[in-house]
Amino acid sequence: MTDKKLHVPVMADLAAKGEKPEYLYWVGCAGAFDDRYQKVARAFAKILNHLELSYAVLGKEESCTGDAAKRAGNEMLFQMQAMQNIEVLNAYEVDKIICTCPHCYNTLKNEYPELGGNYNVINYTEFLDEMIQDGKLKLENNPFKGESITYHDPCYLGRGNKIYDAPRNVVKAVFGDVKELKRSRSFGLCCGAGGAQMFKEAEKGNKEVNIERTEEIIERKVDKVASACPFCMTMLTDGIKLKNKESELQNLDVAEIIEKALEL
Amino acid sequence: MTKQILFIISLAISLGVFAWSVKRLWAFFKLTKSSYPIKNIGARISHTMDVAFGQTKIFRKPVIGLMHALVFWGFLVITLGSIEIVIDGVFGLERSFAFTGWFYDFVMASGDVFALLIIVFIKAFSLRRSILRIKRFTGVEMSSKSYWDAQIALSFIGLLMLSLLAFNVGYISNHPIGYEGVYPVSAAIVNLVNLDLGWLQEPGWWIHILLIFVFANYLPYSKHFHVFLSVPNVFLANLEPLTKYPNLESITKEVKLMLDPEAAYDESEEVARFGVKDVEDVSWKNYMDSLACTQCGRCTDVCPANITGKLLSPRKIFVDLRKRMDEKGPIAIKGEDDGKSLLRDYITEEELWACTTCNACAQECPIDISHPNLIMDMRRYLVMEEAAAPAELNTMFTNIENNGAPWQFSPEDRLKWTEG
Repeated sequence: MTDKKLHVPVMADLAAKGEKPEYLYWVGCAGAFDDRYQKVARAFAKILNHLELSYAVLGKEESCTGDAAKRAGNEMLFQMQAMQNIEVLNAYEVDKIICTCPHCYNTLKNEYPELGGNYNVINYTEFLDEMIQDGKLKLENNPFKGESITYHDPCYLGRGNKIYDAPRNVVKAVFGDVKELKRSRSFGLCCGAGGAQMFKEAEKGNKEVNIERTEEIIERKVDKVASACPFCMTMLTDGIKLKNKESELQNLDVAEIIEKALEL
Repeated sequence: MTKQILFIISLAISLGVFAWSVKRLWAFFKLTKSSYPIKNIGARISHTMDVAFGQTKIFRKPVIGLMHALVFWGFLVITLGSIEIVIDGVFGLERSFAFTGWFYDFVMASGDVFALLIIVFIKAFSLRRSILRIKRFTGVEMSSKSYWDAQIALSFIGLLMLSLLAFNVGYISNHPIGYEGVYPVSAAIVNLVNLDLGWLQEPGWWIHILLIFVFANYLPYSKHFHVFLSVPNVFLANLEPLTKYPNLESITKEVKLMLDPEAAYDESEEVARFGVKDVEDVSWKNYMDSLACTQCGRCTDVCPANITGKLLSPRKIFVDLRKRMDEKGPIAIKGEDDGKSLLRDYITEEELWACTTCNACAQECPIDISHPNLIMDMRRYLVMEEAAAPAELNTMFTNIENNGAPWQFSPEDRLKWTEG
């Protein structure tokens, strides 16, 4: 099923036909290139197709938002990326942008406006929550019957932008309940990958941050852990692998839960 | 009359010394850079009511939070009494605020009760530091000087409350009728002891007010300066989302120039330095944060890097900033340099690169300090002035520059995920 080519509209193609979609789906570099997160991008695109939403992606015209460069201190590179992206987005007169990656979301929403990029930036968990509440996404099946789940708050979604309830609502819509971790919501512990840590080895210490978090998740004795960020996904999946718990505990993205529930 | 003159002299000395301390700090502030504009006064007031007066972030640790909140609220009430004491002292009056009637009685009564509560809690805070090994009170930045600073501040507060009770007890003994309801705790003490304690009134009054004068002048040199600065610090807090990291305007100009070579270059605007290397590069708000920080360590306690044994301690960043300003400030005012800097002589690169910018520290800080933003400001200096990023990050930069992605993939392949 996963090897089927997905129909995903591209902005330039639509523009050539004189069409303008309502939403832009900002895929992000992880969605485009990371093996694991490509599956999440596919899951989300399938949901958008299922909703028959008017949307498009930028495709080859999308470029890194510059988040990691900015947080690593390279403001020059960040602003060059930002200006290029803003030029593209403004040329297409983009209004609503949906992001799966919370780092892209934070940058587009909070840091682009001062550089001339003003958009309605929506996080996909908020979007999914709204679609479920409006009855546009009907979740009648629970393919995870009898399984328990917890949710790991991505820092850039939770503490950064105070999005705590939307992802939980989405998970609850399928699982019925979310078991909270000891450190959750604004107390949530980082996966260890933010602030450009994703791209470097950690400094010397006595433990990796993702192991600290994974141990907390394992302690909760759940079958699944939901997350909503490509970096968190990498860190938690690695953590679970290192702890040899892959058979008992899997990391799923919020979008994948909906994809499975809708049997897309 | 003698009492009045003595009081006015003590007050004048106290104010004079305090003014000198403020002048010194003001000169340090003048060395710093501008910060975000202070707008949205309405939102700031409600934020202050919530976080400062409501103590909402303090309550994130419920038990110790309640104790702190009661001490803080008690302080507010007792401060009204202190203002009255100063007016009484200057004009030779007694209970000059009594004309406010029931409000006065209410303030006095709660002050009397709070004084006892504060004595109990302060003793608990002090024992907690000396007996219990609480991890967040340890760390390289927590020298024995920090320990004694905390104990001295706690002792001051304890003695302030004891002397206040002594004054109240003395006052009731001398005015036996009608004050049981106004000084419930003190009245109970008088009834219990059953001795004439009237002699306590004068020494209680003097010790209380003189301790206030000394304590107020100790504070600008103590981590307990937060008594004065925490409320203004919350009022002036960054109200933007925690993960919004401000764009550097000087870079915006350069980038626009690069993208549009036709744009005119304004040579009159000389950019001193990108990012933060030393105390002259920080904003006034950063410096104020360092003065307002009371080293509670809630930031370090939740830092994922610190929890997993890395060198980084968010608290240390601000403790170091204040220390470095104490060292560099007087030299910089004279226009001299000591060849040292906040970066490297105080804060190592290893600490800076360990931050995940998760903002758990900023979320926790009861007075709204943003640690990650200053850490990233220092990274900016390392990267843009010295090209001193870790090698892997340089690779990431190159990838973004060449491929528009932090990994080495071609932009041509950006739609491959749709193919499955």
